Amino acid sequence: MSEVDSSKRTERRPAEAIRSPRLRLRYSKLGKVRFTSHRDVARIWERALRRSGIRVAWSSGFSPHPLLAFGLALPTGCESLGEYVDVRLERTPEELFDGIDSAHPGGIAGRSSRVDPGDDLISPGPQGLRELLRGLSAFLPDGIDVQAAALCADGTGSLQEEVTSCSWEMEVREVSEEQLAERVDRLLGASRVFVTRERKGIERFDDIRPQVLDLLCSTGPGVYAGSSSSPRARLFVETATRPRGLRPMELIKGLGDDLVLSRACRTNQWIDRLGTRSEPLDAASVAPVPLATRTKECVS
Amino acid sequence: MYETLWPDVEKLLATVQKPARYIGGELGAVAPTHLPGNVAWLLIYPDTYEIGLPNQGLQILYEILNERHDALAERAYAPWVDMEAAMRDAGVPLFSLENHLPARSFDVLAFNLSAELVYTNVLNLIDLAGVPLHTLERTLEDPLVLAGGHCAFNPEPLAEFVDAFVLGDGEEVVAELTEVLARSKTESEEGGDRHDLLATLASLDGVYVPSLYRPVYDSSRLVRIEPLDPNAPETVEKRTISDLALWPYPRNQLIPLTEVVHDRLNVEVFRGCTRGCRFCQAGMVTRPVRERPFDQVGEMTRLGLDRSGYDEVALTSLSTADFSGIQDLVRDVVEDPRNDGQVSVSLPSLRVDAFTVETAAQIQRVKRTGLTFAPEGGTWRMRKVINKLITEEDLYKAVDAAFSQGWRRVKLYFLIGLPTERDEDVLGIAELGKRCVEIGRRYQRSVTVVASVGGFVPKAQTPFQWFGQDSVEELQRKVTLLRNAGSGVKGFNIRWHDPEATVVEGLVSRGDRRIGAVIERVWRAGGIFQEWSERFDLSKWQDALARESLSFEEVAYRDRDENEALPWDHISAGLHRDFLWSQWQDALAETSLEDCRWTPCYDCGACTGYGLEHVVASALPPAGGSQGTGQDLSSGQRVPVDLISRPSR
Repeated sequence: MSEVDSSKRTERRPAEAIRSPRLRLRYSKLGKVRFTSHRDVARIWERALRRSGIRVAWSSGFSPHPLLAFGLALPTGCESLGEYVDVRLERTPEELFDGIDSAHPGGIAGRSSRVDPGDDLISPGPQGLRELLRGLSAFLPDGIDVQAAALCADGTGSLQEEVTSCSWEMEVREVSEEQLAERVDRLLGASRVFVTRERKGIERFDDIRPQVLDLLCSTGPGVYAGSSSSPRARLFVETATRPRGLRPMELIKGLGDDLVLSRACRTNQWIDRLGTRSEPLDAASVAPVPLATRTKECVS
Repeated sequence: MYETLWPDVEKLLATVQKPARYIGGELGAVAPTHLPGNVAWLLIYPDTYEIGLPNQGLQILYEILNERHDALAERAYAPWVDMEAAMRDAGVPLFSLENHLPARSFDVLAFNLSAELVYTNVLNLIDLAGVPLHTLERTLEDPLVLAGGHCAFNPEPLAEFVDAFVLGDGEEVVAELTEVLARSKTESEEGGDRHDLLATLASLDGVYVPSLYRPVYDSSRLVRIEPLDPNAPETVEKRTISDLALWPYPRNQLIPLTEVVHDRLNVEVFRGCTRGCRFCQAGMVTRPVRERPFDQVGEMTRLGLDRSGYDEVALTSLSTADFSGIQDLVRDVVEDPRNDGQVSVSLPSLRVDAFTVETAAQIQRVKRTGLTFAPEGGTWRMRKVINKLITEEDLYKAVDAAFSQGWRRVKLYFLIGLPTERDEDVLGIAELGKRCVEIGRRYQRSVTVVASVGGFVPKAQTPFQWFGQDSVEELQRKVTLLRNAGSGVKGFNIRWHDPEATVVEGLVSRGDRRIGAVIERVWRAGGIFQEWSERFDLSKWQDALARESLSFEEVAYRDRDENEALPWDHISAGLHRDFLWSQWQDALAETSLEDCRWTPCYDCGACTGYGLEHVVASALPPAGGSQGTGQDLSSGQRVPVDLISRPSR
């Protein structure tokens, strides 16, 4: 092996200095993998990106780490059709493609055995990036699939800063459709709804009503339509993320202590700009999630 | 046919801590199809998922079995107490992680025994599986209960609960077991006999079937253990694979979805150890040294990093710095351009010398947080007794090298309660620690030296198997002595292992078959996860001992004499009993023994008895210091012995 200059390896290019591009990815978290924690998912992404050959920029300093930024944590046990991660790339997309090519002769897409999100899901961009994203789901566990991706425009804020509300679908046990509708009306009619909840190990008694932006009880179409033996009413909720997020369990508590949440899925995250709602990835880059994606885990 | 329990398990997961422990789905996991003719193994690690998942022994067997056309393997770990309560409440038995099948749907429940304190968990898991607890209560309808791992070298405490123990390396014997079980499955359809099956298993090399042996007691002491069946050999010898190159496993190390200990790529670089530390069971029972070929280690590392996405690889063995060509190996990994400087190498067992620190410096260019050394004994006299021949000069040079090259924290492992130990040996630990702090201050303003002090547990198949362990009170006195001596020194911290847990380990590690009843009582009293300090409960053990008319004094604290029957005399790791006894006598006389890699064979039995040889790539000892052998190896000259070099492949 030839000698390699050691200084080159230890002193990575600081991401800020080269204004490294930021790649925003939208992905799902469905099935068994929903029981992993937010931190677990971060670790899963770090490894998947390394395996794929996508070069992530690292922070400098005493304890360097790859620069990945996730949005609002999804509570452990909840599913999602709309998770996001921002990835700081070490190189420009063109350089990136060169690197991948040498790491995976034959192309990364050739290693993929998974659902191909198709060109229409990925924003127009360099050919190399598109190739690469197409195969990325193959490096992620069952239930986590890349749905869309785009390079962020300059000046795009972080996910944490930008996201203002989330849409959820929830399936509830131990309650009839009529009862559930009644509880929903009661909550919407109340000016304050107090529940006990825990944050960082401290119990708080909070009014959650301001965070319930929209709440609907319906048997209509949705993620969990037809998922159980008998059709049952589900909740469709939009919750505000500020001043702090509202967890599905906390909303269910607000509807009544006797209700049991059986499943919850975050279907969308929203950015409200002056009354106009959009998703963190432009609509153009986001296609409806194909049903096949969410049933992969159940089928196998 | 059994159906998956996943829908039932899924309902429970909303209510328990860390539900990802129970979902499986790791990269590298397979979901085998259960065919009637296949022998289905459930490999069980009797501790939590995050402790058990990284276990390499279990992963090796998992792959080997799943590669066979006549076998399949899934895994299970001990559910934490919240999950177990939920499972028992809902009537959900122990399940596998791959297909979430009930444990009873497997032909074999195979336990990994890495530590004595998990024994109550083994009983709990057999029960949670819905399998009768005792071997004598089981029929051919029940899964066979097997166990292996280092603790199997004294199998007697679990003799009533385990149908067969497997001794030594498992790579080859799992195939033989599978073939016997496959035949038995066919025959049992025509009405087989469980005794015949057990007798056939007992005829396999390395397999011990305890129900075919009877312990004979004279009043209160064991006299001998005698075979009851013509198929049961007088002595059961361990299995040893002679060539690690033929077993490049795990090829597909399991990459978990959730946090586990040792969360990194592991590549085993050699098995066995010849340093001859007299307290070390692993070093004794895994002889001889068998190195993996240099190129294979490199290949396993490259492939493993590529497929896992890990940024850390651990080169594992009992003393990795002794691997021939370790420097080149480390350099190759660190400088591999594919790794882009983002992959670190860890050597879990650092040797104590400056040379080793140089290697560590090569590896840890960025995060120089802490280095760990294991001098084990506080004085040179003590280290001669235990045959860990690290001079003070070795240690101070290593510590000097560490602090001068930017490390801020040095951790030192010690044992107390060793044979012949005097208070000055215990106090020596504080002296060494303080000296290391002083050395560190020469280079840095703020340094930390941690002395991590464990209580010594005598183990079967070692020279110290005859030693009467220190009592709880004596260990506690020594801890207090040491803490007082070490207090008030800024930067020097002492951590210690709970002496109460230490003596229970000693009770089980050298107990005979009667300890089984004690383990069962502790389990019935709710004493599981005893290796977790918050769940350990000495009073349960004391109660159980009293009810069985046994005591710590009799089982743990008592010196044995040369002629006393030991509960594991019918179990052999190849080491001659007289070799171990002479080592015990040498220890008492403070006489050390050299590393037989560099000196003529002294016939411990591990090579000669099995017709094996050490397999090492280099006939030259690596340069640098005494390397803890007490020998002058500094010249790097050829040693006065013919070593078997691996033929180039």
